[in-house]
Amino acid sequence: MDAFALRAANRLVGNGDGAAALELGGGPVAFELAQTGLLAVAGSGVRVTLDGRAVPNWMAFLARRGQVVEIAQGAGGCWAYIAIAGGIEVPLVLGSRATYLPGAFGGLAGRCLQVGDALPVGPTTIDLLQWAGASIPAEARPPYAQHPTLPVIFGPQANHFTPEARATFCAAVYQVSHTANRIGYRLTGQALAHARSADILSEGVALGAVQVPADGQPLVMLADRPTTGGYAKIATLASVALPLLVQCEPGQGQVRFQPIALAAAQRQYRQQLAALWPQFVED
Amino acid sequence: MHPLTISPVGDSALLIELGNSIDLALNQRVHALARQLQAAQLPGICAIVPAYANLLVHYDPLLLDYEQVEHWALAMIEQPTAQLGAAVTRCIEIPVHYGGEAGPDLAHVAAHCGLSEAEVIARHSNAIYQVYMMGFTPGFAYLGGLDPTLATPRLATPRVRVPAGAVGIAGNQTGIYPVASPGGWQLIGQTPLHLFDPQADPPTLLAPGDEVRFVAQ
Repeated sequence: MDAFALRAANRLVGNGDGAAALELGGGPVAFELAQTGLLAVAGSGVRVTLDGRAVPNWMAFLARRGQVVEIAQGAGGCWAYIAIAGGIEVPLVLGSRATYLPGAFGGLAGRCLQVGDALPVGPTTIDLLQWAGASIPAEARPPYAQHPTLPVIFGPQANHFTPEARATFCAAVYQVSHTANRIGYRLTGQALAHARSADILSEGVALGAVQVPADGQPLVMLADRPTTGGYAKIATLASVALPLLVQCEPGQGQVRFQPIALAAAQRQYRQQLAALWPQFVED
Repeated sequence: MHPLTISPVGDSALLIELGNSIDLALNQRVHALARQLQAAQLPGICAIVPAYANLLVHYDPLLLDYEQVEHWALAMIEQPTAQLGAAVTRCIEIPVHYGGEAGPDLAHVAAHCGLSEAEVIARHSNAIYQVYMMGFTPGFAYLGGLDPTLATPRLATPRVRVPAGAVGIAGNQTGIYPVASPGGWQLIGQTPLHLFDPQADPPTLLAPGDEVRFVAQ
């Protein structure tokens, strides 16, 4: 859900961007290391302890065999990512290690983790001691907040909405509803009026697409969304907006949308990822 | 004739529109273009999603910017279209147990359409359907060709759970639920076939361009 935090956690432990990690949506979770490893936890509002002692997040830390890591998702965020040097080596399904819960396949047996599960870790070539303490400074992270402004790009069916609806979309505040989940975040607020039918011929749905069914309430399509859909889409969130939205707590987060140019959106995204490199502690 | 248009969708996708209707010849051009783009294997192109009348191209904005993808797509479109695969149309038969517990809404559909249940079954299973696109959930095929006399609106209140293999009607569409999910379709039967198996190659039973027949058991 928060692709930036996942990438950050992986980079902190020397993994490639495609390495499998754990996503925590809620919690707490506790696990014991079967062998020494280098871990990092990234996300918003997350608290980590190692054998009961607090560990900063957005930082690589060494955990020795037998030590217990506990992670809890506190206020101010919803999703945390736990990466380990070497990556989680569950089998590839359709070329991916990710879990697709709606279809119950991928990841570890297509389901959420349960007490007693053992996770295989792949080999790593980095020097664990040298990397321990590497961190991502706050200024390199997204400006997580519970009332963020989300950059969006109008389309693909912006002209299916009235001019008043397009103006409302940029001015109104929308609340993240309690039904927000991996499929999409439903928002509640001022209804957006269609200039014609809310239905379109089914077509592909981009990540971050803002669908608006007949009830006029926006629905932002996310990680587990259906690949195609038949509702008109007024706009698409810029890639940099996605971490800000998904870390808004259901029932509490409030967002507003701000149109930006496509070129600016791509530039911001590249700049954000260009700055995402671990800072090593001076010896 | 709808002109071909290319437009950005957010900062990580691009939409190539060939038309705006459900038309078999148009849809075949969509899939021919999808195969051509897929075969080019341009680094940074993440996925290509062909639909009734357009294609959504997902790309990685770290590797490609919009103008590069648009330029590439236009260059591909201008190339002479080679016959890439799919010269042969497959006809897939789907065995269906109609009615009874397998089709709890068959009576309602019959009543709505002013037909007997036997007539609904005959008209549903005597047709040849076209797979226009895959999407929605893994293995789901959008089928065209439902007899208009069988069109029935969706359930006012969707079911919390529709079993995998359920065969249904919604408006003027018919289809099969490949995995259990909530759903508002009128369920008229059940097939024992698996439409989706992530371990199989290919993982889906049906593909765009296939013809489908339902065979009453």
